[in-house]
Amino acid sequence: MPPAPAPAEGKPPGFPARLLELAEDLRAEGVAVGTSELLDAFDALGEVGWGHRLEVKESLAATLAKSSEDRRIFDLVFERFFFRAPEAEALDREVSEQDSALDAGGAELDLAQLRERIAQAIREGDDAALRDLARLAIAAFGRQGEGSGVIGVDVQRIRRALELRSADGRAREPRSVSRGDAVELPREALRRFEAHLRRELERDAIERAKRLPPSRPLNELDRALPSGPLQDLAAVHRVVAQLKRRLATQGHSTRGRRRHQQVDVRRTMRASLQTGGVPVVLKYRPRRPRRPEIYVLCDVSTSVTSASVFFLSVLHALHDNFRKMRSFVFIERISEVTEIFARERSFKAVSEAIGRDAGVADISGYTDYGRVWTEFIAQVEDDLHPRATVIVLGDARTNGRDPRADVFAQVAEKAGRTFWLNPEPRLYWNYGDSVIAAYERHCRAFECWTTGQLEEFVKALTRYDP
Amino acid sequence: MAAQPSQSRTSSDHPPSSVSDIADGLRAVGYLPGESTALVSYLATKLGKPVLVEGPAGVGKTELAKSLSRYLDRRLVRLQCYEGLDEAKALYEWNYRKQLLRIQSEAADTGWSAVQDDIFSEEFLLPRPLMTAIAAEEPVVLLIDEIDKTDQEFEAMLLELLSDFQISIPELGRIEARTRPVVLLTSNNTRELTEALKRRCLYLWLDYPALEHELSIVKLHAPELSDTVARKLVEIIQMVRDLDLKKPPSIAESIDWARALLLLGADDIDADLFRETMSIIVKHRTDLDTVAERVGVQLGGLAGATGSGAR
Repeated sequence: MPPAPAPAEGKPPGFPARLLELAEDLRAEGVAVGTSELLDAFDALGEVGWGHRLEVKESLAATLAKSSEDRRIFDLVFERFFFRAPEAEALDREVSEQDSALDAGGAELDLAQLRERIAQAIREGDDAALRDLARLAIAAFGRQGEGSGVIGVDVQRIRRALELRSADGRAREPRSVSRGDAVELPREALRRFEAHLRRELERDAIERAKRLPPSRPLNELDRALPSGPLQDLAAVHRVVAQLKRRLATQGHSTRGRRRHQQVDVRRTMRASLQTGGVPVVLKYRPRRPRRPEIYVLCDVSTSVTSASVFFLSVLHALHDNFRKMRSFVFIERISEVTEIFARERSFKAVSEAIGRDAGVADISGYTDYGRVWTEFIAQVEDDLHPRATVIVLGDARTNGRDPRADVFAQVAEKAGRTFWLNPEPRLYWNYGDSVIAAYERHCRAFECWTTGQLEEFVKALTRYDP
Repeated sequence: MAAQPSQSRTSSDHPPSSVSDIADGLRAVGYLPGESTALVSYLATKLGKPVLVEGPAGVGKTELAKSLSRYLDRRLVRLQCYEGLDEAKALYEWNYRKQLLRIQSEAADTGWSAVQDDIFSEEFLLPRPLMTAIAAEEPVVLLIDEIDKTDQEFEAMLLELLSDFQISIPELGRIEARTRPVVLLTSNNTRELTEALKRRCLYLWLDYPALEHELSIVKLHAPELSDTVARKLVEIIQMVRDLDLKKPPSIAESIDWARALLLLGADDIDADLFRETMSIIVKHRTDLDTVAERVGVQLGGLAGATGSGAR
């Protein structure tokens, strides 16, 4: 690990300014850093030593980032910030690492030796050596003249050229023996080495260009988009668990007198017979929890392919949490999939089953919202009542067909509340064949394609009363 | 609350002087802290700020508080939160019966104001955990467990306590802390806590530990287990955690499993043994099926592979 740059560089009077800059960066990424947090950070830094990079970072994290999501962003921003700060300084003073002795050494090493040394450094957990080796690897690799210029691609090429392989890629066998001559390393260590490679490549790029690349805001995609359904299912589940609490406590949430139990006069009188008509023992009305009843309609057509994995995982999580819930998927026609969710537990099995026999294999593959509403209302007309909630997941792109907003209005009217979650950014709404405006009159529409936005929706649920 | 005599030899007047100090201390009382855990605990004792500990169930959030209390040699005051918890159960309550008795026994000849002053004094106060922690003579460790289970109103009530370490009682006035307690709040992250609460706390995110770390935890709690079995056990646990389960196994469950294997005298974990003891680490029927399918098969395959390799 490179020596903690900023503390060494900036004398104490300069450091508070640095910390404020870091806070600015964090705010720009949406982490709420208040003045009191900053004061805490200074207090905390007063208690730990300067020399230890990890301690400084952790104290800043403990005081500035107040949720696991914030913590992730903090880590990214911290790395970016303290990488850029010394680089800018080095550019100013025209310091270069290009012609150090290290790189000269790199030219003489061949890949096999290098691989050996990297494996050793990883085994010993020597971070400083790893960094040097990353430089060597880049030098050795650069000699072959294959740099693509794209850092992410280069990192992977170097890794492959060195035949470094993650040991637990396939089966996590205890103490795996290396087969062939490829070196197998713990995934974690390999990731660390790749981080070094990336960093050194960036440094080279900066030195070549003689200027810092523009500071790039963290991509929304870097953060929370559930791209791999399995790993992010947990996040969706957590949000939906919140959703459940919100829906369940709604209406009977403790307000005013309802907070207390109500006396059941009839039963109290009956009980008072035992004591000669004096109501000694009070009988209370049992509190009946409100059971939310949910109807979810989920678009699975091709126009929402990327979002439908996310939607399906939302559906999946909803099913985990709600008893009284019916779900439907639709493309051109509608099909009820409540049973599949009840039967299958694993997410993969569910999505396969829906793809296979949910009866949505339509002829055209284009969404027909008008038809969907008509069919939906025919199926559930008698069951819809004012306590039910209807949630539609879809992009409202009708492919030029009649949106039949009047039928949708009927649905919305019969149900207590109707929500629309649209996987497209609001910017694209009502462009082309999107007719969300027609439906938005009858329901509340939300932009929703990350777990963060799903949480926003859940929050909005509590504020909104029919 | 009067201090117990055993606590008079308390070590709390020489708090830890460095991060490694507290890490060693926690290790000595049987808790293996990660680096950030030790650091945040250190900051908590130094800065006197409450710590909000979040993480999945069973990663040792509550255990951290217990260990801290053991290490600092302070009494642990615990408030378990649940939906509908109110201040009468968390802060203080007036002892109505005693007040009534008092009024009755003095009824005739005392003036009303005398009685009124009398019955709203500390004598008639029933201290609940938060009050106990504040009023204790010796500094304590206050654990507010599962804060996310309470309502937002309760959180708001905590704010005064957490930032100023004082409680306002309308009839009595302000009660200020005699000593600074170390406060830990735990949350399973089922609900977003309010910004106001978070702002007053240091934040610590505890996650499932890395392989080596968990291995040393298991070894600490089941020292007789052989190294190979312990390592295999932890590797399986980590594998199971990667599956999409309703309830992934926690550290507590790996320890339970290790102990069970000890009792069974197992010297290797094969597919059969795994199938039989699986219910210790997996607690949902549907999860059981998933794990049996995915891990069981893999174990079987591995056994075959290593078997043929040895031959």
